[in-house]
Amino acid sequence: MKVLSDTTVKRIKEEILPRYPEVTSAILPSLWEVQRELGWVSADAVKDIAEVLNVPAELVFDTLSFYTMFQKRPVGKFHIQVCTNVSCDLLGAMGVVEAFKKQLGVEVGETTQDGMFSLSTVECLGACGEAVVVQINDEYYTGVTPEKVAEILETLKRSA
Amino acid sequence: MKGEWVIFPGIPKKDRKSLNEYLAAGGYEAARKVLTQMGSQDVIEEVKKSGLRGRGGAGFPAGVKWGFVPRDVEGPRYLCCNADEGEPGTFKDREILLHVPHQLIEGMIIASYAIGANKAFVYVRGEFHKEAASLQRAIDEAKEKGFLGENLFGSDFSLDIVVHMGAGAYVCGEETALINSIEGRRGWPRLRPPFPAVKGLYGRPTIVNNVETLASVPFIISRGADEFRKYGTEKSAGTKLFAVSGWVKKPGVYERELGIPLKELLEDVCGGSRDGRPFYFVIPGGISAPPLTADELDVTMDYEALAEKGTMLGSGAVMVFPEGTCPVRVALRAIKFYEHESCGQCTPCREGSGWVARMLEDVEKGQLVGEDLELLADVAQNIFGKTVCPLGDSVALVTLGFLKKFREEFEKHLDAGRCPYAE
Ligand SMILES: Cc1cc2nc3c(=O)[nH]c(=O)nc-3n(C[C@H](O)[C@H](O)[C@H](O)COP(=O)(O)O)c2cc1C
Ligand code: SF4
Ligand code: FES
Repeated sequence: MKVLSDTTVKRIKEEILPRYPEVTSAILPSLWEVQRELGWVSADAVKDIAEVLNVPAELVFDTLSFYTMFQKRPVGKFHIQVCTNVSCDLLGAMGVVEAFKKQLGVEVGETTQDGMFSLSTVECLGACGEAVVVQINDEYYTGVTPEKVAEILETLKRSA
Repeated sequence: MKGEWVIFPGIPKKDRKSLNEYLAAGGYEAARKVLTQMGSQDVIEEVKKSGLRGRGGAGFPAGVKWGFVPRDVEGPRYLCCNADEGEPGTFKDREILLHVPHQLIEGMIIASYAIGANKAFVYVRGEFHKEAASLQRAIDEAKEKGFLGENLFGSDFSLDIVVHMGAGAYVCGEETALINSIEGRRGWPRLRPPFPAVKGLYGRPTIVNNVETLASVPFIISRGADEFRKYGTEKSAGTKLFAVSGWVKKPGVYERELGIPLKELLEDVCGGSRDGRPFYFVIPGGISAPPLTADELDVTMDYEALAEKGTMLGSGAVMVFPEGTCPVRVALRAIKFYEHESCGQCTPCREGSGWVARMLEDVEKGQLVGEDLELLADVAQNIFGKTVCPLGDSVALVTLGFLKKFREEFEKHLDAGRCPYAE
């Protein structure tokens, strides 16, 4: 193992694998497990997963490359993802994006220098009734307006 | 109002999330009845009789689909619950996962028994951490109580439910892509036939149903198909969760009977326009449903009436836009979504969605020359019917729908050389 911890390996073997009739099904949950532990999925992590599951690394790479939620490079401690799909757009998502850009001093797709915040735009988060919706790590923030951005960032900084 | 929170009273009341609460409300009685008194064919017949149609988008009759699983093949079969909730505008299944997870589990027990599956998967979109945790907690409770696992309710039937997280790909909501994704592969839709009911997950007979479809089943079993049919219309039976977003005062998820007039849903249920501005157009069934203009809002919310108007009920996601909204911008935003989400497998969808997006961008800037609107329509039309999955068709239908209904607005952009709506 290059990067996977013993706990992760154990969890993959003892908790994830037994759930499935076929081993390839364990690829996605293993990628999630690794991302949860390390924050992103490196090439070394992929090789480790392939080794634990005893499947070709190419298969794991192929699966990884398809899914947008897996981070293929390190992201900030807080990953801010603003929904800009139709219902959020109607209620001002672009203004929210602008507010984050301005207050963080980054463009969409970038991370602040201190590695704290990454900013992305995403497609519909499935919570359109509470637009504008922003996902920050695992949490949904709803009814976000440009005015609320400063407060959200303050709270995050305090929790860091 | 008819059909108001009949099947999903636990959503507004928030009083049956835990197993004990759900049991107190009569929960798991339908599963018990099925496993102790009914044959699998009886269950399928009752669901057929109810007229329950798939709530995930296509509206295919659930009982009929279950009947497609071959009865004579040996070996495992699978049930997959589609909790991908990816269609923009849709946010109803999460209410079930968060507030009545046991109702879904009970529906899955009944469906699994009907098709002879001993293992079921719930495919939850990757962003839904809270929702997945709520469901997992319920599964653990059910297991502890013996409602999942071996010999359910003293029968020889066993069932295990596994929560499988997606990782951000709209196309994985398409049932064959979903199957590939559970198998750990890229979420590419498969060519049909073979249909999943015959050859699906791990090459085995598989049924894929939406969360709301499955969670409606316990009601049908415990109260009977006829009671279900008291709501809705002849061909669109029962109630539906409508997810309303956009320019209404009270956006949210509402259960009402199918066939409710759209105006009633918008005005009486959702409080009408946010600021009194008249509605300009409504997308009645998720982003893939072509829009209805203000003078087309006299329509009832059922599969047939919406199809007659050239659009669809889809997932029941209603998106409302007020006067002053640029329809070109909405069309462009929708097509960019498809461009982003195209899995890339079929050339017409992969390339076509990009071309249509670029052309719509030019329309928005007023840079496309007049007759090129014909070319735009032609490119869109040429994607239709030539792809592995319906995502490509949506690119065509959405583009053509907006172009047909808002032709003048498109032309205004070209005449002005800019977006007339931009401030
Ligand atoms: C591109 C695409 C995305 C889809 N996304 C979803 C989804 O998020 N949830 C869902 O239930 N069905 C979705 N569907 C429909 C499924 O393919 C399938 O018809 C449905 O899950 C069947 O369940 P039902 O019969 O209970 O509706 C999608 C279809 C397509 C073509
Ligand atoms: S139509 Fe588009 S999304 Fe569907 S299989 Fe083809 S390329 Fe993939
Ligand atoms: S459009 Fe933003 S959550 Fe659906």
